[in-house]
Amino acid sequence: MSETKIKLKEKDVAKIVEICGFFGNEPGELINVLHKCQGEFGYLPAEVQEVVSDNLNVALAKVYGVVTFYSFFTMKPKGKHPISICTGTACYVRGAENVMEEFEKELGIKQGETTADGKFSLSSLRCVGACGLAPVVLVGEKTYGRVAADGVKEILAEYEA
Amino acid sequence: MIKLTIDNKVVEVEKGTTIFHAAKKLNIEIPILCYMNLEHLDIENKPGGCRICVVEVEGRRNLAPSCSTKADDGMVVRTNTMRVINARRTVMEFILSDHPKECLTCSKSGHCDLQDMAQKLGVREIPNETTCEMSSYRLDTSPSIIRNLDKCIMCRRCETMCNEVQTVGALSAINRGFEAAVGTAFEMNLEASTCTYCGQCVAVCPTAALTEVDHTPQVIRAIADPTKTVVVQTAPAVRAALGEEFGMDAGTLVTGEMVTALRGLGFDHVFDTDFAADLTIMEEGTELLGRLNAHLAGDKDVKLPILTSCCPGWVNFFETQFPDMKDIPSTARSPQQMFGPIAKTYFANKLGIKREDMVVVSIMPCLAKKYEAQRDEFKVDGNPDVDFSISTRELAHLIKQANMDLTTLEKSEFDQPMGESTGAGVIFGATGGVIEAAARTAYEVHTGKTLEKVDLKQLRGMEGIRAGSVDFDGLEVKIGIAHGLGNARKLLNDIREGKSHFHAIEIMACPGGCIGGGGQPLHHGDSEILQKRAAALYREDAGKPIRKSHENPAIKELYETFLGEPCGELSHELLHTHYFDRKRKRDIED
Repeated sequence: MSETKIKLKEKDVAKIVEICGFFGNEPGELINVLHKCQGEFGYLPAEVQEVVSDNLNVALAKVYGVVTFYSFFTMKPKGKHPISICTGTACYVRGAENVMEEFEKELGIKQGETTADGKFSLSSLRCVGACGLAPVVLVGEKTYGRVAADGVKEILAEYEA
Repeated sequence: MIKLTIDNKVVEVEKGTTIFHAAKKLNIEIPILCYMNLEHLDIENKPGGCRICVVEVEGRRNLAPSCSTKADDGMVVRTNTMRVINARRTVMEFILSDHPKECLTCSKSGHCDLQDMAQKLGVREIPNETTCEMSSYRLDTSPSIIRNLDKCIMCRRCETMCNEVQTVGALSAINRGFEAAVGTAFEMNLEASTCTYCGQCVAVCPTAALTEVDHTPQVIRAIADPTKTVVVQTAPAVRAALGEEFGMDAGTLVTGEMVTALRGLGFDHVFDTDFAADLTIMEEGTELLGRLNAHLAGDKDVKLPILTSCCPGWVNFFETQFPDMKDIPSTARSPQQMFGPIAKTYFANKLGIKREDMVVVSIMPCLAKKYEAQRDEFKVDGNPDVDFSISTRELAHLIKQANMDLTTLEKSEFDQPMGESTGAGVIFGATGGVIEAAARTAYEVHTGKTLEKVDLKQLRGMEGIRAGSVDFDGLEVKIGIAHGLGNARKLLNDIREGKSHFHAIEIMACPGGCIGGGGQPLHHGDSEILQKRAAALYREDAGKPIRKSHENPAIKELYETFLGEPCGELSHELLHTHYFDRKRKRDIED
């Protein structure tokens, strides 16, 4: 996974150090620390993982291993409006795949990617507990139910301008 | 104790024993693939991931992985039912469906655990072979090790060695599902990672996912070139293990046969790295005494303990992980890198040939030596002091390729002058050997007396961290020894925290020292093999007429006619080095 190099600022490093400290710099708290860091930075670039590795005394390869294992963690910045399509069983059988394809076509990106202008990112998730509304799409905090492929353009239009 | 029945036989084992080990007690060998047991290191790799070792347990719905399922009192286990045999074969078919089918040309063919297991399980075809999706990764080549993850079966043995034993942390399981592999952080090249090239991962890899960079074609080409004088040096640990590749018992010394084989291969001069080991003792021992005397005289600037520097894996380790302590190790180069410049100056002068017309090859138990030979500071105008370093395994392969059988060869002697060595040089190959050799010489130089009891047995053994002392005529010199980088880390942390009371510490990256090196015949974690190899080296030492490095006549002549004094000007230029801070740098803005 090749990522764009970023430069952390002193205060960013201080923040990560603080998060690690909050969890007692315990190697066993790696997942909690990463969770908090992603909350802080929106994603987990290599540079953040390096600081976490140093402070928790966990090998960098191990940190990266955890980041790449859990689908919740991402090394790519999310878009301003992160779009998540539920591909849990109920949504899947009711056509979530078609909805995903439509989003991919409209935005010109694949799952897990972000548009060049940084506006939208696309990902899938597993069940939001609203199976009665399947297929479900989340844009940021907002939920859309019974989404069909031909309704995708309409949703995106809400976020134009 | 608990009792259980396996294949209709009753066995009694301690509570906590796995089904696999209980079966072993009955001489029932349940097939294993990912499981690895390094008893002498107290390390077990049992991710329970491959599922080759499954067995049927009465009353249990699904099959149980025997490597990680504990035996219970009254348990009834069957290891060879139709259901078990079919399940094992299916698991193997799945593994093979995502594995390259290039056994004919694969470097691991004939030594591959996966190939052996497929044969044992009787796999004769792979369902949907042509239509199966295959995972594919880029090939990563470093100076010492090649990673071909297409051949990785996720046993994670390498990960255990890299993290738990060596604490290097270069490798970890990454990604998920079909994409899962053992890789580096951010999938960077091994060369950019914290890898020390100790090669312990290569030594345990069941397939060719991790292999050494093969330099034998270049060696053959050099030998065939009539314009080149090809000089070979053989490390001490090689002679104690090479025989195993020819079916000989572990611990069989094949020094003389190896020399004959090297001559048979066409090397022009067959020399011994042990000669350079004696030279190392002269330089490192002098440095040790210099620092020790300065310390005793009250010099606060002098750094103690002094650490040995002959192990390139260890040098890589402190350069990447403890760069703040890079002025503590001795500046003496390793024997391999002392041999090179002496061969290309002193010996080339004797022959009247130019440096460029000499090719120096080393036979090493080690993969880090390949990288060490390629370091820029060990080159003169781009010409390396040591041109190619090949492992014990590669040498065995070369000998077989040349239609020689080591077991039937006559013994012969090394060439002069760089084949002359003492018992002190020989024991470099076992943990504790370097510091024992150094102590033998330092004692005599410091006290001016003869060391009567040459065998410093208090420094020998297989424990990971050892302490011993040598009485220098009233001065108690305290010595620490660590082998395995995880143990080295503990001693380094002590030094960093000011808790170390040692005057000198020997560190070897590989468990057992060079005899357990990443380039040696595979020992599969059998510590008895390591002990036998060590015993062989001490046997060779005991049988040598001269057992102290400073008494080596060829070394004396080298100093008298060429180098001058140990740690003198020419020695510093040719035989000493400096270290680099290679810790990953962080780029931070204000």
